[in-house]
Formats: sequence, C-alpha cells, structure tokens
Amino acid sequence: MVQKLDMLKETASQTAGPYVHIGLTPNWCGIDGVYPEDLGRVMVGPQAKGERITVAGRVLDGSGTPLKDALIEIWQADATGLHNSPLERRGAAGPHFTGWGRQPTDGTTGEYRFETIKPGRVPYKDGRLQAPHITFWIVARGINIGLHTRMYFADEEAANAECPVLARIEHRARVPTLIAPRNEGKDGVAYTFDIRLQGEKETVFFDV
Amino acid sequence: MADKDTNAIRDMGSFYQRDRAWHPPAYTPQYKTSVLRSPQHALLSMEGTLSEMTGPRFGHGQLGPLDNDLIHNFSRDGEPIGQRIIVHGRVLDENGRPVPGALLEFWQANAGGRYRHKKEAYLAPLDPNFGGCGRTITDDDGRYWFRTIRPGAYPWPNGVNDWRPAHIHFSVFGHAFTQRLITQMYFEGDPMIWQCPIVSTIPDRAAVEQLVAALDRNNTLPMDALAYKFDIVLRGRRSTLFENRMEGN
Repeated sequence: MVQKLDMLKETASQTAGPYVHIGLTPNWCGIDGVYPEDLGRVMVGPQAKGERITVAGRVLDGSGTPLKDALIEIWQADATGLHNSPLERRGAAGPHFTGWGRQPTDGTTGEYRFETIKPGRVPYKDGRLQAPHITFWIVARGINIGLHTRMYFADEEAANAECPVLARIEHRARVPTLIAPRNEGKDGVAYTFDIRLQGEKETVFFDV
Repeated sequence: MADKDTNAIRDMGSFYQRDRAWHPPAYTPQYKTSVLRSPQHALLSMEGTLSEMTGPRFGHGQLGPLDNDLIHNFSRDGEPIGQRIIVHGRVLDENGRPVPGALLEFWQANAGGRYRHKKEAYLAPLDPNFGGCGRTITDDDGRYWFRTIRPGAYPWPNGVNDWRPAHIHFSVFGHAFTQRLITQMYFEGDPMIWQCPIVSTIPDRAAVEQLVAALDRNNTLPMDALAYKFDIVLRGRRSTLFENRMEGN
C-alpha cells in the first residue's frame, strides 16, 4: 500500500440531450418570462472596437445531415488579443465586447449564427503568437461529451502558416477543416464555418 | 513579446489532463444517436493556451430572485404538481478546492416526465405552472442550492421501450473555458439508473455513482421539501511551483 493522492475525479459528462434549449436558451425555445434574455445572445456592444463579423454555419453528422438540435458556445479574444476574463493578466480587454456567445442551431435549417468581432492574436505558452481564432464548444443529443474545436480565418494566411497550434496537426489535409472562408457582401463581412462530426472531412477536434 | 506576458501565461498552472476513460466515449452504439454524431479521428491533444484557460465570469447581478426556484419562476396560477425538493451541494475542483462564482444552469421534465419543448411528443401533460429551467451561481465556498419538483421518468425513442430515469440536467461554467461541462444528476435508489442506455455510456460504475445525488434527510425542510445533495467536480490545475521554465529564462 502507498499513501493516497487524495484527488477528486472530475464529474463525468452526459449528453446535453434534445432539450438543452430549455436550460440554456429558454427564451429561444418559447419559455418566456423566466429570464429577461438568453445568456450569450449578444456579444458586441455598440462601442466595441474591432471589425464586425458574422460567423455562421452548420453542424453536420456522418451522413451530411445538419443537426437541428445542437447548441454552440464560442469564446474568443477581443480585437487586441485580450480576453474579457478575470484570468486575463496581460491587460484589460475592451468592456464592450464579452468574448462569449451561445447560439442554438436553427430548428428548421440547422444553421447557427454569431454576430461578433474579429479577434486579435493571442500568445501561445512559449510566447509565439497564435493565428486569430475562435474557440468552439459543441453539445447536442448524441454527443456524449462537449466537443472543442477552433475556427481560423482564411484571410490570415501568413498568421495561419506560423500558428503553433495549427502546426500540431500531423495530417495536413485536415487543416482546412478549421479554416473559414471570408465573404464580403452588402450585409457586411461573413465567415462560413461548417463543423463535420464525422466522415471524410471530419473537423479536427481537440482534447485540450 | 514582453517578459511579463510570458510570465502571465506561465503563472497559470496547466489543467490536469482529462481522464477520457472516465467520461463516456463518443461512439456508444447502445445510444443510437451517438453513432452518426461521434468523431472517428483521435482528438488532437494540446496543452491549454490562454484561449482555453480563460473564460467568462458571471455575476450574481445577472440573476433574478426566482432563478433558483423552479417552483415559482414559471408559476401562472399556482404551484407545479410534484414532490417538492431542494437540490444543493458544492462545486469543487479535482484538488478538492471550492469553485466560487461558478454558473450552474439546470433543466428538467415536469413531475409527469414531460418537457416544455416544441419537439417533445410524450403524451404526459404539460404543467401550466412549470417551465423547467433555473440557474444559480456558487458562493465563496462553492455552495449552491435550488428548489424544484422531482422530475418524472419518461420513455424515449431509442429502443422500442427505453426509459430515462428521473434526472436533472446540469450545465456548469467554472473559471476556464476548458472546464466547461454538461452532465445529469440522478436520484438515490432509482432502479432505472442501471437500465438506461445513456447512463451506460459511462464505462466506470464509480463514475455513474458520482452522478447519483444522495437523499439528505438532515437538510430536508420539515413539512415542506425533501433534500438531495449533489456535488460537482470540475477539472483542476497544477500548482505553478515546478512549472517548466523555457530555456533562457
């Protein structure tokens, strides 16, 4: 026998199930009057600095069918690369941008949509800069533990080429699964980021 | 980059590696929906960066007075039908330290096992006085509590006759985005826990038992509500005492 390490075990995950919206976006699913508004619905205040962008896409299963019951959260730095978090010790992020968003995929089309700003670069542990990116967390019925991934920006070719996280992807053919194309239209700047849970173009997911 | 920046990153001890054998795997064919929704490639392992080791923080000021009272927060013309219960506990990290300021959001079926959701088709009736959602934030000692009614079991389309045990869904926000967790709480003594294809996605019986809230007679409110105690453990992080130093520092 040896001494015990006396560590606790992390509570095991369970699927968010088909009714995750009741808990996390109740106004969206018709439960009015409990909360004034759903948390994470609005990320950007009128005075926020940075380029306004839309990030939209779908979450596709192994048959290519979009999930109509998924919930996505994103977390990102502000335009200067700082997070609106008490754990951010490099400086104060802009107060008009939360950095955190939560949206369901549409019950009919399966599309999700975030109105956010383009993030700045955040350093890696060794001080090298990561390319601008948005952290994604996806839960749904049939997903037993939330999936972490990242969206990168197609117009940041040079930064993407030197990003220490993208460099860790051994199978280079999979890198494009994380890179969202940019479209500039009359409604502004939009990035499309489809997440494929399975199949030939399965998105790279992280154990982070 | 300035030295103070690298120090700011280094001073945040890394999170312990997640024990993936303790959590359910992605592919669990007894839970049919997981079959086409499970990634097949290995996850890309990566030590957390600032992007995952930071996270939003929620304040008590964002909550309303009835947010942790599911008996009253949707009440229309009275109180919901069902067994009145208090659920309480602590949010801790793997080091056993309390996690203050954690946002907990919960949702559940009503006493008949029916959810208030447009895609829900179970024949049990809606309760006009029950919405089924609530939230709270842990105090300085990591404690939380809320009041609700005990949810019913319900059938669901998986096998032709599969039923979920009574449960409450929990979403937990610790301090870092990498601690993000969704789980379900079950009730002590429910034999249906051990017949459920979703519970059985968890390989280790001890990990399931950690999801079963104990009946807590000492905190039961006399002539009012039963109490159940449910502690939640989030990922912990290393102390920074022996954090690796980069060369040249």
